[in-house]
Order: sequence, then structure tokens, then C-alpha cells
Amino acid sequence: MTSLRWRRFVDVFWTMASGAGVLLALVPLASLLWLVVSQGAAGLSWSFFTSLPAPVGEPGGGVGNGIVGTMLLVAIASVLAIPVGIGAGVFLAEKGDGRAGAVVRFVTEVLSGVPSIVIGIVAYGLVVARMKQFSALAGGLALALLMVPTLARSTEEFVRLVPGALREASLGLGVAKWRTSLLVVLRTAAGGITTAALLAVARAAGETAPLLFTSLNNQYWNLRPDQPTASLTVQIFNYAISPYEDWHSKAWTAALVLLLVVGVLNLLARLLARNQMESAR
Amino acid sequence: MWSAGLTLFGGSILVIAGLILAELNSVASVAWRKLGILHFLFASDWDPVQDKFGAWPFIYGTLVTSAIAILVAVPVSVGLALFLSEMGPKALRRPVAFAIEVLAAIPSVIFGLWGLFVMVPWLRTGVEPLLQKTLGFLPFFQGPTIGLGYLAAGLILAIMILPTIASVTIEVLKTVPLPLKEGALALGATRWEAITMTVLPYARPGIVGAALLGLGRALGETMAVTMVIGNSPEVHASLFAPGYSLPAVIANEFAEATGDVHVAALAALGLVLFGITVILNALAQVLIGLVSRGPRRGAR
Repeated sequence: MTSLRWRRFVDVFWTMASGAGVLLALVPLASLLWLVVSQGAAGLSWSFFTSLPAPVGEPGGGVGNGIVGTMLLVAIASVLAIPVGIGAGVFLAEKGDGRAGAVVRFVTEVLSGVPSIVIGIVAYGLVVARMKQFSALAGGLALALLMVPTLARSTEEFVRLVPGALREASLGLGVAKWRTSLLVVLRTAAGGITTAALLAVARAAGETAPLLFTSLNNQYWNLRPDQPTASLTVQIFNYAISPYEDWHSKAWTAALVLLLVVGVLNLLARLLARNQMESAR
Repeated sequence: MWSAGLTLFGGSILVIAGLILAELNSVASVAWRKLGILHFLFASDWDPVQDKFGAWPFIYGTLVTSAIAILVAVPVSVGLALFLSEMGPKALRRPVAFAIEVLAAIPSVIFGLWGLFVMVPWLRTGVEPLLQKTLGFLPFFQGPTIGLGYLAAGLILAIMILPTIASVTIEVLKTVPLPLKEGALALGATRWEAITMTVLPYARPGIVGAALLGLGRALGETMAVTMVIGNSPEVHASLFAPGYSLPAVIANEFAEATGDVHVAALAALGLVLFGITVILNALAQVLIGLVSRGPRRGAR
């Protein structure tokens, strides 16, 4: 048997080693956040939000069309995905205890791990190849396919938080099953489901890969679903890999804008989730 | 009616899964017919202009970068998870867990931006020359230090999959029954001994599952890798050399693909990626399920 002193030393050593894991994880995060804020803040101005991209060398210019494009894409995706995702989540929570539920849950988990670029190819095949044109609709569909599994999973969790007694009280009063589900269970879980939707929207707004060959890009304003559309993320990518110093700084500023959008959505979701947890108790 | 409607929604998940598979396959089908599966997978010349499509440089790059990511991220995130849930002060739990959530929420194109302008220069001027000086006798650390390459891609992937592995590991550690650890501590084990003797053996399948989930994310991660891997369809032993990955080539070439075979070949790469990630995710689910369902039968 090794001595107690040695064993204590080993204990302290591994405590410190695992603590180093925390530091190693936090250093890149701190560096990234600091650089996005410090590099991006310089370019912030009102016109950055409202104007079209300027050609290289010309002063000014912004990502207004990218912001509008991202909103359009996310709106299309939400319309397509939110009903399906929430419906599937409610199915999993209410009727998901049998074998069919297990299969659907398993497929949902596996789908949520499918790379977004692969989903992009699917949207390309479904929309772009058939319409023979890159379009906001294709980009929106790609984002929708990505949103459904995440939405279904988190909706299930929140619906399962609703106390059984509430449901039983309603059913005991003779309220029909569907009315109980809609007016009692879903209404109680509404905050949580909104959280799930916000998180899915935040994730969709930050996606780039599946948009590269579905909604493509656009130098101008666009609100038509059948036309190629700019998006904030694709603009960041294009600016970042360009050889121009000026565009690099625009990439940082656009990244700051994107980070703020994603941050605000996540923050809202967290606040709602906290309320939901408290009211469920 | 209501229950039928719900079942319909549940079924829609299966329909979506089927649709994804069918559509990928139909876009890719030309590639299988024209190129042949084995030749396509293992030939290493990729030249769309001359209709040469060999996927090996991309498969190789994906495997190498994901391996680096797992080698770096698993120890760090398991250490982090153990520190938060077993060893470190409780006061740290909430803020660090929050930071991990923030890390998970950052869009990958922003990781790419940071990687390109912060990590790559740091690798080029700091890390890579150092590695070359100390470990340069190994074939992995030779050649010019450009910064862009397998190492950069692997490290950025490590940062990106860290939240996945860490948060799943923390969840898995929570399911370890307290009496197991208390038993070890009561018999005079130090904290670390209690962890290695009871917690880790119990949680091992779950931790492996967490790593597989992370690996699945690493294999499919696109933007950040595209921005730092160097985008050169070659196979190099040196980690400093620029390479390519499956998602990166799809991202770069799909929109401007020249002709049907090129599109189909890229979609076939997507199908390969889809197959690998589905298998990994399914395996991960099974492993994580094993742990949370309780102790396995038989002696340990």
C-alpha cells in the first residue's frame, strides 16, 4: 500500500488537473467574446444596420440586407418548423411511452445530430434543383428541417413538467382529452414551449453552412421567398475570407451584431424558462 | 381525432428522416453509378474540371481533424465535468455551467472568424514553431508552419465540441448513485480514489457516449473548419499542412458545382457524412441510455 502522503498528493494533483480543464475551456471563450466586442464595436453605426454592402474601397456600407434576409429566412423556417416540432414534442410527452414513442424519440435524437450542411443538400434537392433557382424558401426549409428535432425534444421536456394532478383534475371534471391537452396542459407549458421556440430560432439565425447553396447571397434587398437572399451569417463568412482589411473589420462588426441577436434570444429564453420552472413547482 | 392528430405529428418525424435519406440518395445517385463506391471513397485525386472525383483527401482530413478534436476535448471536458460536479467548490458550478452554455450557443461562423484571425496567427508564430523545435522528429510536426491546416481545424473543433461533451458528462455523473461513492470514502479512499474506483467505472459508458456525440458534431462541423483548414485537397502526414474536410468541400464547391456529376459527387460526400453521424449518434444514445438506466448486471 502506498503511503497516505503520496495518496493525498495524487488527490491534490488530479483536483488541480481537472481544475485546469475549467481554465482551458474558459480561455478561448473569453478571448473570443473580447475580440468580437473590441474589434466589432468600432464599426457600429446606424448606417451599418440600414445600408447595403458597399464595394471594396468605398466608405460606409452595412449589412442591412443581411439582417432583413436572416429575418426572412428565420420567419419562413419558423412557420414551417414550429407547428411540426411542437406537435411532435406534444406527441412524445402525451403518447410517447410506448414502443412507437421510443422509436420517434430515438429518431429525433439521431436527427438532431445530422450535420447542418447535409440538411442543406436535402433542401437543395427538394427546392433548388426543382425550381432551378436559389431561393429564400430553400434556405428557410433547410433551417426548418434543422429546427424540428431540437424543438420536439425541448417541447417534450417542458410538457412533461406539467403536474399530472392538473390534467387529472381537468379529466375528472369531464373535460374531453383534446381540450385538456390544449387548454390545460399546453397552456401551462406555454412559457416553456416559447422558450424552446426561441432557442430553436436563435440556433437557426446563427446557421451558415446550409444557406451557402440554398438561399445563396444577394447584394440587394430582397423579401421574395423565390429569390436568392442575403443573410448575416453568409455575409460574415464572405467578408472574413476576403483579402481586404476593410471587409475583415466589417466581418467583426457583423459578428458582433449576430452575437447580440443570438444573445438576446437566448437571454429571453432563459428568463421565460426560469418563470416556467417556478410556476411549475 | 386529437390522438390521431398527435400521432400524425409524431409520424412526421419519421417522414422527415425518410425524406432526408431519400433526397440525399437521389441527388447522389449519379455519383455511385458513374464513379463506383470503392473508387470514389479511396481515390485521392479531386479535380472537378477533369471529372476526377476521389473523396479520400476529404475523408482523411475529416478523420484527422476529428481525432485531434477528440484527443484534446475529451480530457479537458471530462476534467471540467469532474471538477464541477465532484471536486471543485460548489460556488463555481453555476457560473461555469453558464459559460459552457454560452460557448455552445455561439454560431460556428464566429468561431471561424476568431480562428482565422486569432488562433491561426498564434499557431503560425507561436505553437507550431515550438512543436517543430521540440517534437519535430515526428512526421506530424514537420514542414512549413502556415497556421492554416489540420492542427488549426482540429483545435477549433475541440473548442466547439467541448460544451457538448462537458454537459452530457455532467448529466451522466449526476446519475451515479451516491452510496457507491460514500462507500469508497467511508473505507478511507481519498476523493480522487473514490472517483476512479466508483464514479468513473459507473459512468464510463455514458462518458464514451458523450465523446461519441462530440465526435459526431466534429465530423459534421462546417464553417469554422472551412475557414481554418486551408482548403487543399491533398493528403499530408504533417498536421501543419493545409488539408480539406468533407463538410468544407461541400460548403465551398456546391453552389458553383460544374455539372451533374460534380453535384452528385458532393452529395455523395454528404451521404457518407450522414451515414457516419447517424451511426455515431445512435451508438451514443444507446451508451448514454445504459448509464442513466442504472447499474449493469454482473460483477464489475
